[in-house]
Amino acid sequence: MSPFRRSPVIIAATVFVYFFLYAPIVGLILYSFNASRTNVTFEGFIPAYSNRVVMDGSLVVSSPCGPFHWYCDLAKNDDVTEAAGNTLTIAFTATIIATVVGTMSALALQRYNFKMKPFSQLSLYIPIVIPEIVMGIGILTLFSQLFGWINQVLNLNGDARLALGMATVTVSHIAFMIPFVTLVVQARLQGFDKSYEEAAMDLGANEWTTFRRVTFPMILPGILSGALLAFTLSLDDFVITFFTNGPGSTTLPIYVYGLLRRTITPQVNALSTVWILVVFVAIFLLQIFQNRNSTQHS
Amino acid sequence: MTSEFAVEMRDVVKKFITPEGHEISAVDHVTMQIKNGEFFSMLGSSGCGKTTSLRMVAGFEWTTEGEVFIEGKPMGHIPPFQRKVNTVFQSYALFQHLTVFQNVAFGLEMEHVEKEEIKQRVGRALEMVQLTGMDRRKPKQLSGGQQQRVALARALVKTPEVLLLDEPLGALDLKLRKEMQLELKALQQQLGITFIYVTHDQEEALAMSDRIAVMSHGRVQQIGSPVEVYERPVNKFVADFIGESNFLEGRINSISESEAKVFIHSLNVELIGIPISEGLVNGDEVTVCIRPEKIRIVEEDIPNQNIFCGKVANTVYIGADTHVFVNLYGIKLKVWEQNFISRLHSKLYAVGQDVCLALAPENTLVLKKD
Amino acid sequence: MFQRLRESKSARGTLLALPTTAWLFVLLIIPLILTLIVSFGQRSPDGNVIYTFTLNNYIRLFGYSTDCPVGQASCFEPLYLNILWRSLSLAFNTTWVVVIMAYPLAYFIARAHPKKRSLYLFMVLIPLWTNFVIRVYAWMMLLRKEGAINAIIGWLMHLLNIPFVPFEMLYTPGAVLVGMVYEFLPFMILPIYTSLEKIDNSLYEAAADLGANSLKTFLRVTLPLSMPGMVAGTILVFIPVMGTFIVSDILGGRQVILVGNLIQRQFLDARDPTFGSAVSLILMVMTLIVTYFYTRKFGFGEEIVSA
Repeated sequence: MSPFRRSPVIIAATVFVYFFLYAPIVGLILYSFNASRTNVTFEGFIPAYSNRVVMDGSLVVSSPCGPFHWYCDLAKNDDVTEAAGNTLTIAFTATIIATVVGTMSALALQRYNFKMKPFSQLSLYIPIVIPEIVMGIGILTLFSQLFGWINQVLNLNGDARLALGMATVTVSHIAFMIPFVTLVVQARLQGFDKSYEEAAMDLGANEWTTFRRVTFPMILPGILSGALLAFTLSLDDFVITFFTNGPGSTTLPIYVYGLLRRTITPQVNALSTVWILVVFVAIFLLQIFQNRNSTQHS
Repeated sequence: MTSEFAVEMRDVVKKFITPEGHEISAVDHVTMQIKNGEFFSMLGSSGCGKTTSLRMVAGFEWTTEGEVFIEGKPMGHIPPFQRKVNTVFQSYALFQHLTVFQNVAFGLEMEHVEKEEIKQRVGRALEMVQLTGMDRRKPKQLSGGQQQRVALARALVKTPEVLLLDEPLGALDLKLRKEMQLELKALQQQLGITFIYVTHDQEEALAMSDRIAVMSHGRVQQIGSPVEVYERPVNKFVADFIGESNFLEGRINSISESEAKVFIHSLNVELIGIPISEGLVNGDEVTVCIRPEKIRIVEEDIPNQNIFCGKVANTVYIGADTHVFVNLYGIKLKVWEQNFISRLHSKLYAVGQDVCLALAPENTLVLKKD
Repeated sequence: MFQRLRESKSARGTLLALPTTAWLFVLLIIPLILTLIVSFGQRSPDGNVIYTFTLNNYIRLFGYSTDCPVGQASCFEPLYLNILWRSLSLAFNTTWVVVIMAYPLAYFIARAHPKKRSLYLFMVLIPLWTNFVIRVYAWMMLLRKEGAINAIIGWLMHLLNIPFVPFEMLYTPGAVLVGMVYEFLPFMILPIYTSLEKIDNSLYEAAADLGANSLKTFLRVTLPLSMPGMVAGTILVFIPVMGTFIVSDILGGRQVILVGNLIQRQFLDARDPTFGSAVSLILMVMTLIVTYFYTRKFGFGEEIVSA
């Protein structure tokens, strides 16, 4: 109907790229139902003939959970539960702190002029332009040197010694999350019409009230999307965590990485599938929530 | 020139499917013939189908039914880059990554014109729109008026048979717009190119055009010269859309020759000696239309002269004119009186003052009821 | 003091930005400085750092070796230079493959009906929300000798009665390239989309109106106007590819060693943080140089934030 149609080449390329993006994930999910313990070839789904797990060599012949055998297996795995707990604890703690701190600096950079401003603004780009591994080993060096020195000076021994753990991972996560929160909120503030604030002050609100009643609610969507970005970055992070974690602070990505270097059972696929599902449902709900909010406002 | 008409639209229909799945006709059986060298305007409010019509001539849209002819040749699905028309866009659509020179040269490069010639022609085009010396700037560094001129030069440098202009002055402020109107008109006369000009501004259309097509709801309401569409609107829509009018509902009482007596229901009076158009017969319900500037305020009532008396309801002084609203048997008529004499010396009409209005028969238009 | 704070906007800005600046200073700037200091140090026999000033680590990195054939005290050994070069060329290759794959998709989304665009974008983001490590693992399963790709090809060949020997795909440079492309493709799609989406429809029409066919319109209008997106995307892809070590670790095995693997091994296996720091600094300098020249040539668009 219109002279500006999309060319078939573009449509074909688009279909191919979407296929490329999804095929590995679909394969991953399919193999989580694999009867083969070695998980090299797909040996079909697991039937549920009996009330106990029956193995024949590396094949699971029957399981009370049926095709969901590996998911049941997963639920019994204490290491996974602990890693999931660690991952969420770190992500929540780091997101809250990074969001507050990042929003503050976004306000500072967008609204005020101060001496450190160019330095503050420039430092935000460090995590973007410097490979993560460089930051990772830098932070590792910092902690190991610092802790070594403190332990020596204070003569700490045994459990009292400072060591890598949940705290070091969280603090490091916050460091790379802050710039992303700040940039997202800053972008939001750039599009913010100052006349709303002027109107509030004109109507008698002082600066703090203006911020609380006008500015904050209006930039809240920006803050939330910054927080969401930070949260997903933390969940996804491997490199920084890899260099800053210690005993008892294994996160899921680190745990999965460890498994990949040993024998892999379809349990890893089950874990991945649960992960994908949880993240997908969470994002989906959030999207619905945001859409409902935005339609209410408009 | 192979055809008498530069552009012809023959029974053109354009249907769109809305995102909700409804089918709407943006252009509904439009036929118009635009002569060579003519300044032709399409006038209407937004959504009347004027821009869609223009885009079908340019080739950005294809017709659903009917055909567009350029120089007598049916356009069918010929793409825009093979049509001998060029467009000045409402948003200017200047390429921000190119300089002024590169923007103007773009179209010539597409024709593989030689470099030297491009230089000359771009130079001349920029001179024509008074932008000499600006050729190295980026569009963002120019004012709105200057950007508009670049867009114009970019289209004109291609020496199109027909130049299509889609509300080109819409983004400019009033004063600049008036200047550009005159400039555009002069340019068109100097170049002798056919201009098809889309606008929602009636004054602009009246000031510049040889002929105007007044459009509404995808249909052409009237095509005619500025004088024709203003002085002889064919229906109430055109009379209402262009300029202002007093409308009175009435019935034709008697016809002799080309004159009639029209009974006005609301005023309960009869207008006499009214010239009427063909096709109206005795007893027809009609709408009588009188322009406010054509009503005279007179001192006294003279019988059988279409003079009626009432009281002034309101007076608005707007500098050049005074708008007087007169209550006539419960109907409010607007009357514009030019301020021939300074109102410092002659008093404004007072509210409640008795006045009489003369409705000259030759200024009274009788329209068939829609 | 509070009185002054109320009045001085500058003080208020400093205070608001202080936590961020301090945090980034302690956890980004100081570690970098520390890395620099350590890289000039010497490894103690038990794997600790002896703080001296020596260029030995850099000399070693650039090919000076004492582990030579009999009779020679020193010789040129380009082992580490090869690793640097391999990483650099992999990053270049990944980037251009990603551009070629991302562009049509970004264009498709940008030109789709506005109401459908967010769905298409959402579909690009979903794979990104699965974990980085999990995505590498998915490719490991596909690329294995007994994996899905070989199984499907084998099945097709079987149907056609053609003898088929499964491909060795895992633990090859190609596998690493595919893995890298997969990991970072969305980071190119989003910024290119952002810059394409900004191009007003009337610009395409203007180009056509002035005589450009679709190919010329693409080359003269679309491509230059989407440059900022491609620049941002390149930075978002090139830099992480240079430093990533999981993809090569899992899909490349011992065969494909990149700078990232080298650094990681110095810290965890070889226990030589001084050499690891030197390599890491060279990696940083390399990415900074590439980014600097690249952005200076093409500009540093706001597209980078949008992704």
